[in-house]
Amino acid sequence: MNFPILSSLILLPIIGSLFLLFSKDKNSNTGKYVALFTSFVNFLISIYLWYQFDPTTSNFQFVEDREWLKGFINYKVGIDGISILFIILTSLITPLCIISVNNTIKDRLRDFLIAILVMESLMIGVFCSLDLVIFYLFFEAGLIPMFLIIGIWGGTRRVYSAFKFFLYTLLGSVLMLIAIISIYWISGTTDITQLYDLGIDSKYQNLLWLAFFSSFAVKTPMWPVHTWLPDAHVEAPTAGSVLLAAILLKMAGYGFIRFSLGLFPVASELFTPLVYTLSLIAIVYTSLVALMQEDMKKLIAYSSVAHMGFVTLGIFTITQQGIEGSIVQMISHGLVSAALFLCVGVVYDRMHSRLIATYGGLVSIMPKYSILFMLFTLAALGLPGTSGFIGEFLVLMGAFKDNFLVAVIASLGVIFGAAYMLWLYRRVVFGEVKNKELLKIPDLDNSEKLILWCLAIPVIFFGFYPEPLLSTTEISVKHLIEMYNFNLNMNITEVQN
Amino acid sequence: MDNLNFILPEVFISLSIMFLLLLGVYKKNSSNIVHNLAVGSLLITGILIFNNPLDKNVSLFNNGYIIDNLSSFMKILTILGGAFVLSISTRYLKICKIFLIEYPVLVLSSILGMMVMISSNDLMVFYIGLELQSLALYVLASFNRDQLKSSESGLKYFVLSALSSGLLLYGCSLVYGFSGSTNFNVIGDAMNSSHYGLTFGIVFILVGLAFKISAVPFHMWAPDVYEGSPTAVTLFFAIVPKVAALTVFIRFLYVPFVNMIDQWQPILIFLSIASMIFGAIAAIGQNNLKRLIAYSSIGHMGYALAGLSTGSNEGIQSSVVYMSIYLVMNLAFFSCLLMLKRNDVYYETIGDLSGLSKKHPILSLSLLAILFSLAGIPPLAGFFAKFYIFKAVIEQSMYFLAIVGLLSTVIAAFYYLKIIKVIYFDKEKEGYDTDHNIWLKGSLTFSTLLILLYFIFPSKLVEIVSRINII
Repeated sequence: MNFPILSSLILLPIIGSLFLLFSKDKNSNTGKYVALFTSFVNFLISIYLWYQFDPTTSNFQFVEDREWLKGFINYKVGIDGISILFIILTSLITPLCIISVNNTIKDRLRDFLIAILVMESLMIGVFCSLDLVIFYLFFEAGLIPMFLIIGIWGGTRRVYSAFKFFLYTLLGSVLMLIAIISIYWISGTTDITQLYDLGIDSKYQNLLWLAFFSSFAVKTPMWPVHTWLPDAHVEAPTAGSVLLAAILLKMAGYGFIRFSLGLFPVASELFTPLVYTLSLIAIVYTSLVALMQEDMKKLIAYSSVAHMGFVTLGIFTITQQGIEGSIVQMISHGLVSAALFLCVGVVYDRMHSRLIATYGGLVSIMPKYSILFMLFTLAALGLPGTSGFIGEFLVLMGAFKDNFLVAVIASLGVIFGAAYMLWLYRRVVFGEVKNKELLKIPDLDNSEKLILWCLAIPVIFFGFYPEPLLSTTEISVKHLIEMYNFNLNMNITEVQN
Repeated sequence: MDNLNFILPEVFISLSIMFLLLLGVYKKNSSNIVHNLAVGSLLITGILIFNNPLDKNVSLFNNGYIIDNLSSFMKILTILGGAFVLSISTRYLKICKIFLIEYPVLVLSSILGMMVMISSNDLMVFYIGLELQSLALYVLASFNRDQLKSSESGLKYFVLSALSSGLLLYGCSLVYGFSGSTNFNVIGDAMNSSHYGLTFGIVFILVGLAFKISAVPFHMWAPDVYEGSPTAVTLFFAIVPKVAALTVFIRFLYVPFVNMIDQWQPILIFLSIASMIFGAIAAIGQNNLKRLIAYSSIGHMGYALAGLSTGSNEGIQSSVVYMSIYLVMNLAFFSCLLMLKRNDVYYETIGDLSGLSKKHPILSLSLLAILFSLAGIPPLAGFFAKFYIFKAVIEQSMYFLAIVGLLSTVIAAFYYLKIIKVIYFDKEKEGYDTDHNIWLKGSLTFSTLLILLYFIFPSKLVEIVSRINII
């Protein structure tokens, strides 16, 4: 048994937040440094984790297995090529969120930092748990800090949005809880690796799949249960929106790969048309809705729904390209949407307006901002040379392999995406400066530059050289697909016999 | 005489009641001493129960009185609950000017009644215990006699509870008439042919018991009585009698009538579903925290009954775990409620919590944990309580019950969130007093830590409870 590196990743932010809890100052900067320090150390550990990670095997690595609920559930964590990327994403985004807090949060800074740190540890927990119940615990516990983040530090309709967020997600998740207990009842274990080996009897799979789906679909979010997302995004403070878009939504995509495909291949095969349909509606319909938005945050929120539509589409093509594309798309969306929300946050701090109409002609006032904003705009619409392109390209490739028509409709989404992003950019950055107030605002300050560049570098780097991402996930995804096909065939022969 | 060894706890607590009563009457201004001695004697009783050999079941007094793991565990729960109630309520009683010697004596006598109920293996013994408990509770409900609401709630509780006792007694007499005995085991043996008379008897007894734990549709008294009684008494009402009544539920259903499960299971499922749904929906409109917790406890009883309706040992154990965690959560909640005072005036509406988090961050944080735990959000203790229940329910393939239960959790989450919203999102008000006595602070800290840290060692409680095997 080596050093419990995953547990320390989970525990470290909690320890940091305990430090904050017992500090006297409520608004001082010391708290911020403590939070920044812990999350940065966490980032370094996760990079070290990636360095130590062996991409040539599909086995779970760094596994810790401890007795927890005696004879029933073990505390089991471990990672494979799929989860490690999400852990790194989480530990990268969190320190950036903490830096961005500088300008936005004036009131009860300490409590806010505590909420963010707790959120980080819960999300890392989600991505490395190898037991369904442990996964559920982390997945669900994340509701508490997020509810507070939206509700305390949000905008004018924060209470409504926080309630909507909480109740929607809870409603989705309780069905998953029933499914988890039923799996225990059917298979006698909730250990994911054992369940992978055992397989789940095909006659139960459909209902179980639907129960898991209800939870992940709300969280992803898929059309038509996406309506909580724009509300939550618009009302949440910048750092909250960033966390929500960059990481929270990924928990569902990750869940689809890990559980829906891994545990219920027969049902996944059956429900693929449903997922395709919902994904395509999400891509096309929410892109059109995004075109109509006048609020910048809302527009980006709707674009997130569309992008996550690509993710679910890619996952259910069940091809190497499709799934890897989805993973890359999720990582890329994590970076890009975080950056876009931060960009909106930057101008919001200066003008206190999220309406597109307030702005115009920013290019002459904030040139540095305009360059970075452009970069992320282009990444969001999937321009070659940015990470967004790799993801969408691979997803579409996977889709072509599986179903030509689906791929064609999905590529419409790329066009719409270009339309709404470019139009947004044009209205905000180009044109004349109509609003005289804009002339007074300064360009990016150092911390803003730091945050945005930290996101820009990986976006460009992975855009040109996605190899590190793909090679990390390749074997794990391949193994997942092999297992999927094996279980599927086994179940089909069982039925035939 | 050997039997006396086994009922030493009961004997001890009876003697303490008499002694405390005499002491209180003959010594002037002795409320403080009586109060402290009462807590002490409860703790000693607890130790005596602990000292009993727990590894075997003992039947006493012609098999009318039973001491086993279930009874010991539940007695310890009631005693701990009682001790906490007594120790945290002194300040409140003093401020309300009802710090009298009768209070601890009444609490002790009702606990004695509950201990008899918990151990009873005979309809007569059970009824004696129940009435001893209820008599003390009638007085306790109207303890603040100068206040109209308190007197009203005492009267209301008396009338309705007497009615339910009547129904219960009628059920007992039917059971006796058709089985020829009042002893649970003998009734169980006579249970070969399912007789309509017996079924009627069971129904009446269940109605009476449902009254006692305020399960829907026999819950009407609870919100009024909770609201009207002094807060210290409400706390007692909310936790301790329910533990005792639930134990009787277990004994009654699983010893004499275990073979008639298909007769009583639908009734229990109905009670459970109705309580879960009604408790969740009716609480939404409440503004008074005590009323709200009354509805919330109706809902919680629904979950405990869901565990009981499974007809399995796991179900019973999950209900017992549920009750233990429920007790801790309510203790924590009422500790917070007893801290809401400004210049010696207590506040109890949701609006009074407005913006509490600004001036009282630690108190608000505990309330946050308690409310999320009551709502059943992981990783807090309340989640595990529900988790065990649903595990037991699903193991018996009662999916409908599980789904209804989980959906009502979502509805119930709404009103818990509403309180959190008021605490954290609303405008702040004037601060509250912070000079609470050490017991109140201690019990809040202790119970909050239990709620927060339960997930680290979740199997400890289950291990203890898993010794309870009734079937």
